[in-house]
Amino acid sequence: MCAFSISERMVIAMRKTAVLVDTARCKGCYYCISACPVDAISLSGCTNAQGYETVIVDAGKCVGCGSCYRVCPDYVFELVETAR
Amino acid sequence: MSNDILMKGNEALAEAALAAGCRFYSGYPITPQTEILEYMSWRMDEVGGTFIQAESELSGINMVMGAAAAGARALTTSSGPGFSLKQEGISYLAASELPAVIVDVMRIGSGLGDIAVGQGDFWQLTRGGGHGDYRTLVLAPASVQENADLICEAFDLAEKYRHPVLVASDAAIGQMIEPVRLPEPRKHDVDRYDWTMKGCQKGDEPRKFQNRYYTDPGYEGFLRNKYAQMEAEEQRFELVEVEDAELILVAYGISSRVCYEAVEIGRERGMKIGLLRPITLYPFPLKAFEKTKTAKAFLTVEMNILGQMVDDVRLACRDSVPVQHFGSIFSIPDTDDILTEAEKILERQAKQS
Amino acid sequence: MILRAPETVSFTTSGFCPGCGHGLAVRLIAEVMEEMALSEKLLAVLDVACGSLAIDAWKFDTVMAAHGRPLPVAVGIKKTRPDHPVMAYIGDGAAYSIGMAEMMHCGIRNDNIVAVVINNNVYGMTGGQCAPTTLPGQKTTSTPYGKDPDISGMPFQVEAAFSGFKVGYLARGGLFDVPTINRSKMLLRTAFEKHMAGDGFCLVELLSPCPTNLHLLPVATMERIRTEVTVYFPLGEFQNNTREGK
Repeated sequence: MCAFSISERMVIAMRKTAVLVDTARCKGCYYCISACPVDAISLSGCTNAQGYETVIVDAGKCVGCGSCYRVCPDYVFELVETAR
Repeated sequence: MSNDILMKGNEALAEAALAAGCRFYSGYPITPQTEILEYMSWRMDEVGGTFIQAESELSGINMVMGAAAAGARALTTSSGPGFSLKQEGISYLAASELPAVIVDVMRIGSGLGDIAVGQGDFWQLTRGGGHGDYRTLVLAPASVQENADLICEAFDLAEKYRHPVLVASDAAIGQMIEPVRLPEPRKHDVDRYDWTMKGCQKGDEPRKFQNRYYTDPGYEGFLRNKYAQMEAEEQRFELVEVEDAELILVAYGISSRVCYEAVEIGRERGMKIGLLRPITLYPFPLKAFEKTKTAKAFLTVEMNILGQMVDDVRLACRDSVPVQHFGSIFSIPDTDDILTEAEKILERQAKQS
Repeated sequence: MILRAPETVSFTTSGFCPGCGHGLAVRLIAEVMEEMALSEKLLAVLDVACGSLAIDAWKFDTVMAAHGRPLPVAVGIKKTRPDHPVMAYIGDGAAYSIGMAEMMHCGIRNDNIVAVVINNNVYGMTGGQCAPTTLPGQKTTSTPYGKDPDISGMPFQVEAAFSGFKVGYLARGGLFDVPTINRSKMLLRTAFEKHMAGDGFCLVELLSPCPTNLHLLPVATMERIRTEVTVYFPLGEFQNNTREGK
């Protein structure tokens, strides 16, 4: 798998809301994994420049509730409306 | 109020501070400066400022820190143990580069001490009474007029250096009543300086009040230069009949007032005696000692037991002549006692030469 | 729905530990300021230690005060800049130990400032020592056998201490799951609204995870707050008063 991701933002476009994940900010606390009501978040297997294993969002499961944003102390997540 | 009026020292200081634009005062009752607190409790309201009797001197100095960061000319006053409580706050003011004025109306003694006259805080005042690499400018008024003049200068100096400034009087100066000409009132704008807290506008960097060395790689040089400038530019002193003096009294505050008389009477008796009066205790007026080349001895006249000013005089004259201490404990020095000591010293010097 | 951390805090990564509640509290404050259009007016005061890291994590004019002294510093600022929101952001050691006298007197005088108290049940930055909010039996580096209430007293509850007099606002929230985080934001919003209305001393305590000093994984730390800490520190609004004749 990838050894080092440098500040990449993975855009997961689904339904009306997209979750943007700034993995460079992640410090590996995994509150998001615990908070996600549909188990859409899991470990990515990738390590960011800070040295933490980051998370990845499964677009197929994500319902855009924003729980990940609410619990994240490092502002990794951003929810945006997708263009229609 | 530009004509001479009779005022008590403490009250003249308070009124003059307001004239200088001070609009934030926090205090706590402690003798012999409580009159400042009481005066401010009604007068500050009249000029639209903030008066707070804080729950402790510790809280008071921290309120001053906040007011200063927000741009106000802020003042707190105390004495003795209350002044000790402020030392952490003064250290913080120095580290955060905030201007503020702190007044110590000195009493006597460590611990609770006594509420009588004293000059027991010289070391604490001049060596930075709190922790760390800092000292403060210290102005020492010797009259009610100087109480009024120097408190105004203190605010200007505090802003010039972005540094806390101390004004150190004593119970006598604080309590005595003399004619005084108060300064013309002037306004102070809290927005005068851009560095004061006023809200971080979008796109700007926020103002941070913390140890400067966190963000300044040139901090060492900056700090040295700051004190070098203070020492070069801010020495203040008065010299009385030192041109041919063989013994020079060194005194400030009420002690210096007695020494004026001692010099006058001593001269009448034929003694070659003079007075060097520091008006700044830090920076100690080294320049004054360029005018004291005829002196064969110095005698500090202080209201304390350990002769706290002796070290500074020895440094200033480079130990070229003996430096002794005349200590008046729990009372204002007596002219006759000073002259008795002075005669002994002059006799000793005469025998040795 | 758009959810994005305000620029006043998202411009940088912070020095807080992984899972630290400070990151959440800081973001909630920034969100409230943004919603109230007060981001460019907030004047903040920090204490020492972990909370002081916020000085580089937010874009608000900030004073770093001495330990336990942010509250009187905030009072001095507010008296000088009365039309600005003024907030002291402090830990439980600052509020309930070394700064206890100052906090009580802000309450007695009902000084019009906002105090946000981040309660993690320990002294964090210095390595996890016992605090007035440490739970009975909790092991810390200065209570290696577990905190003994007979020696150290029971955990300090600010609502009990303030029960004898009225303050503008007194509430406790949690930072240990989505609902409590959302409610904490509402408490902060209420505190700032009442502060701007001049209602007096508005204190919001937030139970905050400190994985590093509890020696637990972050998620387990949050769970501990839910099951153990809230027993001694119930969530809720304890006082909500207006100031008469303001």
